[in-house]
Amino acid sequence: MIFLSDIQGFLTSLDIWDICYILLLAVFLGIEVISNVPAILHTPLMSGANAIHGVVIIGSIIVMGHSSPDNYLALTLGFLAVVLGTLNVVGGFVVTNRMLQMFKKKK
Amino acid sequence: MIVAILGTILLHENVDHETGEVTRIGNLPFIFGAILIGTIVGYIAAMRVKMTAMPQMVSMFNGMGGACAALIAMVEMNTHHPQEFGHRFIIFLSLMIGTVSFAGSMVAFGKLEGKIKDYGSKVQQITNNTIVFAILGLIIGVSLIPAWGDFFIWIVFAASLIYGILFVLPIGGADMPVVISLLNSFTGIAAALGGFLYDNQVMLTGGILVGSAGTILTVLMCKAMNRSLWNVISGAFSATGPSSKSMEGMSISEISVTDTAIMCAYAQRIVIVPGYGLAVAQAQHTCHEFEKALEAKGVEVNFAIHPVAGRMPGHMNVLLAEADVPYEKLKEMDEINPQLPNTDVVIVIGANDVVNPAAETDPSSPIYGMPIIKANTAKNIIVMKRSMAKGYAGIENELFYDKKTRMLFGDAKVTLEKLIAELRNV
Repeated sequence: MIFLSDIQGFLTSLDIWDICYILLLAVFLGIEVISNVPAILHTPLMSGANAIHGVVIIGSIIVMGHSSPDNYLALTLGFLAVVLGTLNVVGGFVVTNRMLQMFKKKK
Repeated sequence: MIVAILGTILLHENVDHETGEVTRIGNLPFIFGAILIGTIVGYIAAMRVKMTAMPQMVSMFNGMGGACAALIAMVEMNTHHPQEFGHRFIIFLSLMIGTVSFAGSMVAFGKLEGKIKDYGSKVQQITNNTIVFAILGLIIGVSLIPAWGDFFIWIVFAASLIYGILFVLPIGGADMPVVISLLNSFTGIAAALGGFLYDNQVMLTGGILVGSAGTILTVLMCKAMNRSLWNVISGAFSATGPSSKSMEGMSISEISVTDTAIMCAYAQRIVIVPGYGLAVAQAQHTCHEFEKALEAKGVEVNFAIHPVAGRMPGHMNVLLAEADVPYEKLKEMDEINPQLPNTDVVIVIGANDVVNPAAETDPSSPIYGMPIIKANTAKNIIVMKRSMAKGYAGIENELFYDKKTRMLFGDAKVTLEKLIAELRNV
């Protein structure tokens, strides 16, 4: 069973327990947050969550930053990934903000 | 978010396990250029979009995130050629989920824009399931055999693209909120997988947070429609045959704008039930004007908001909040239903399935069991509609044939404007 040892090696390299804790906490946090928000605010909430998963941009920066300057395929795709990731983050937060502004009590 | 991005750019180090070499983030000009482009385009798009087109926009941005995750996976595979099973599996899984999310979001976007029609059949359901298992099998296979190289990236990508499209195509427009929320959580999971890949806690936490929150939100929405998630995904809604009940031989009665104005002016309590038609007609501001005109006549006006009215959860709330309707006047379904028998007039503006009594009375109806706003219990009902077209569920609405119901045909905005003018003359 070569593969099993492979998996094991990969997992231990990630400090598996730390990751499990974070995973569990994040899951609980997500469930708690949603179940305590009234249905009225679900649209901004969804849009906010949409903006948050824009963190993929970090992955795209890492991948782009470490690809060699002569690998044009990787560079092009990486570039596209950073553009799309930024779109997701910026667009998501601006849209959410616009919606939340409307829910503020008008003076 | 900005901290996370800057931190990554400035501090991230890649340690080569064999040589101990440390490389920092390179290609900075490209990265900053890309961020600049993304920021400008994203900002402009987000600022210019109309409130009524919000669901499309969210779906679009979600698709961008999914595509980003998929591209990361491709580049990672292309540059590093990892050999271990775990590593390869995560990359391919992230590629698949990201791509499905991207393709699905684009189809959802097209549907909400009205550019793509629903299409579905029983065969397709089987095809879809086959494709999923085929892709999963392929991923496991590719992960097990390191010799299978770059070529399979494209195969998995293409297959996931096709699946993403086929997955959303048969799902009816009324179920789009559920789909968007589900795809949202998909992208979250894809981001979390990226976090696994780079051992990056921010990505992991953010991704899982969205993944779990999105899933719960999806389930909550399904509950509001009294349907299982599986039922929504398999597109069973549009696949069911025509409703057993035919409305032939029953007649509807129309009402004029003037009569409506008189009826409303002398009512004590009025409840307005808005639906997607209000959003299409961009009538939220006019609707608020109408409400104010009624209140000037001493009428008590409330809004009844069904949880799945519109094309996103809370869609109506966002629209009415934009028009400055006070938050306290927006009543949720459970709060308003007991008050409806004491209500003189219920005005349904562009809503259909959420007030269909068949959900309570007709077990053969596809929406049977869905909680509804019981408009039929009010003393009088006025339904504003453009035509007798069916709602998104594609079924007849008994409410329109009720003896207490009067139909007021026309564009919601135009009709409301006429009503306001008439009200001033009463």
